[in-house]
Amino acid sequence: MRPKLELLDKRLIERILGEAFQLIEDPGVRVAPYVVELLRSAGVTVTEGVARIPEALARRLLELAPRGFCVYDRNGKPAVRYGGDDVNFDPGSSCLNILDPETQQARPAVAADLVRLVQVAEMLPQFAAQSTAMVCNDVPPEIGDWYRLLLVLWHSEKPVVTGAFSASSLHTLLELLALESGGREALRNQPRAVLDVCPSPPLNWSEFASQNLVDLARAGVPAEIVSMPLAGATAPVTLAGSVVQHAAECISGITIHQLAQPGSPIVWGGAPAIFDMRTGKTPMGAIETAMLDVACAQVGKYLGLPTHAYMVAGDGRVIDAQVEMESGMSAVLGALAGINMISGAGMLDFLACHSIEKLVIDAEAIASAQRLIEGIEPRTDSLAVAMFAQTGLHGDFLKLKETRTLFRKEQHFPSAVIDRGLGGNTGSTPDILRRARERVEELLAQYRRPEILSDREQAMLQFAEREGGRAGLEGLPGIVSPASATR
Amino acid sequence: MPDDTFSAMRQSIIDGAPDTASDLAQQAVAAGIAPLEAINNGYVPGMHAVGEQFAQGKMYLPDMMASAEAMRAAMAVLDPELKKLGTERPMAGVVVLGTTQGDIHEIGKILVGTLLSAHGFRVHDLGVDVAGVEFAVKARELSADIVGVSALLTTTMRNQKCVVEALEQAGLRSQVKVMVGGAPVTRRWAEEIGADGYAKDAMSAVALARSLMELKAQTSAVQPV
Ligand code: B12
Repeated sequence: MRPKLELLDKRLIERILGEAFQLIEDPGVRVAPYVVELLRSAGVTVTEGVARIPEALARRLLELAPRGFCVYDRNGKPAVRYGGDDVNFDPGSSCLNILDPETQQARPAVAADLVRLVQVAEMLPQFAAQSTAMVCNDVPPEIGDWYRLLLVLWHSEKPVVTGAFSASSLHTLLELLALESGGREALRNQPRAVLDVCPSPPLNWSEFASQNLVDLARAGVPAEIVSMPLAGATAPVTLAGSVVQHAAECISGITIHQLAQPGSPIVWGGAPAIFDMRTGKTPMGAIETAMLDVACAQVGKYLGLPTHAYMVAGDGRVIDAQVEMESGMSAVLGALAGINMISGAGMLDFLACHSIEKLVIDAEAIASAQRLIEGIEPRTDSLAVAMFAQTGLHGDFLKLKETRTLFRKEQHFPSAVIDRGLGGNTGSTPDILRRARERVEELLAQYRRPEILSDREQAMLQFAEREGGRAGLEGLPGIVSPASATR
Repeated sequence: MPDDTFSAMRQSIIDGAPDTASDLAQQAVAAGIAPLEAINNGYVPGMHAVGEQFAQGKMYLPDMMASAEAMRAAMAVLDPELKKLGTERPMAGVVVLGTTQGDIHEIGKILVGTLLSAHGFRVHDLGVDVAGVEFAVKARELSADIVGVSALLTTTMRNQKCVVEALEQAGLRSQVKVMVGGAPVTRRWAEEIGADGYAKDAMSAVALARSLMELKAQTSAVQPV
């Protein structure tokens, strides 16, 4: 049996959806001029920038959205499946700062940090996908969003979760992805990336978000709605009320997206959070935030759609018990909820900061969560009696053939990040940060840059030099010239 | 007798009770209590108490919002009375607030604005995605003392600098103090772009605005000392 966590019963889901459909019609949804004609042509009334979407239309378009799709690695292998109860993890995205590996103080991230993070995530099977985890402060801000994608594509072959920071830069990201995939058609047929699109809470598809939705639909590149109700500030204070808002934002987004291109892949996703009434912060590690994630995903699953959430992030400012308690708990809850893509590992300080050391610790929590959802299997015809028939009451199970053949299936072996006394009392260090640092170094030493076809590599370089040059970028930070990287 | 009234006024703010705050203001007017007395001895001390309790973690944001609402209700009664007397409420300062161009994050900015108004500043919120010139135009129109610029993205943070430049170009820089904030913003960044101050959260934004007003009073030649 696959263990499963659900927080809503069917009746409550129906009520949530009922109210969500009600909201998108009245008060309606704020939309940008970019999508007004599209909506009107489908019979939606749009007055003063507010669209009133009828339930029947929205339901029809929800039916057109694919139930599942794959994202591919560079070799064309379907490496992430969105849909059903598949669970995948990727590191958190676009942080401002990084905990410096030496000092463990937060400082603005630079290209070299992102490269390290990508290399470490590349080596960890816990992460099915990469993310454009940081904005690099050593490149001009206006090229920040595509430059981080370039670095990820350059150093990784895994699928990527990314996103544009503006309407126009989306096209630069798509151009880059197409170069790497070998053309727009190749990108459409075997998309390497999923792009996040955030509505503004409440119920507002801003110019930038509207445009991203439509343009992604037309490009056939998967869009991931990251709806972000902040309970009590930009959304109802009740968890149930915020889940309604999340549903209304996702449904209206999918409506726009499917109108633009029926059948284009889209994800029911989000980064909901509670709003801390003492500080105005948006704690990602709060249990109520995790409850929102689980409940929002459950509503998406009820509609049969692929799901996403922001979890495995903590709120403390250094790697400590708080941060890891929060991250570990939410990793387990997200996995139990069967969420297709769970973003957030490595992050702390309310999504403002990344840490590579935390990423490798989180990877252990994720591995445990992945083990958990494998559940308990009988594995043998007789559960215990046959083994007892061999050992009697001696209890020397260690000698049994079953033990030797099955222990690897039953037990997950964490890396040395988790202190199980592997080095005896003296060998292993009692300090988790030190163990994490050693692990990072170990993974970096094993990392080899996956190859890119040389013509595509050239095309990416030319693109980077052209676009970077326009913004006054000098050199290409984080990219070793291909000649010196290979051989 | 007025002492009781003043403490009831103070309490109405702490309780976040707009109806009570407004009733008490009307009663005060009817009883001939000078509007300024009511403000300075009743309502403003209430707001100070709220600020203190919030800072100590004893009051929460929704309480603070209710207190700000109560303050507004009282002022809606007292401001016209002050006008009749040909005076105005001593105002802490005029602030033009907005989120920088290309950026649609607004929650932090709204909090800052709410707290500033609750503490006696007259706040004009330009909203989100605001160009540098728009800040300058509004600052001139309102003879603003302070321009507050919020930015939440590393990509839009540099547009805070554009606001400083727009004020310079408009010839307003010497009269207007610039304060900046938002998650990626640091004190160093504020210095780098030539802003006058940085605050990490809404409470410190109030303290910052006050100190900028003092600074302004000290440096301004036209202001009588
Ligand atoms: C909520 C949120 C959103 C909401 C905003 C809703 C709204 N109506 O405002 C939505 C969903 C719209 C959103 C959109 C996006 N977001 Co956003 N968002 C956040 C989040 C989670 C919280 C921000 C917040 O409201 N915090 C609560 C308030 C109270 O805090 P605050 O804003 O920091 O304000 C306080 C202080 O900073 C200060 N302050 C603020 N302003 C001012 C001004 C002055 C003058 C002063 C003195 C003080 C001051 O006082 C405030 C009160 O205490 C942050 C994460 C974070 N840790 O900041 C990401 C974050 C800022 N977003 C991020 C990103 C990437 C985006 C998007 C680009 C995502 C996308 N691909 O679509 C878009 C941007 C669109 C755009 N062009 O602006 C990144 C920024 C990355 C970067 N390196 O720049 C962050 C850090 C999260 C992340 N790691 O991905 N986002």
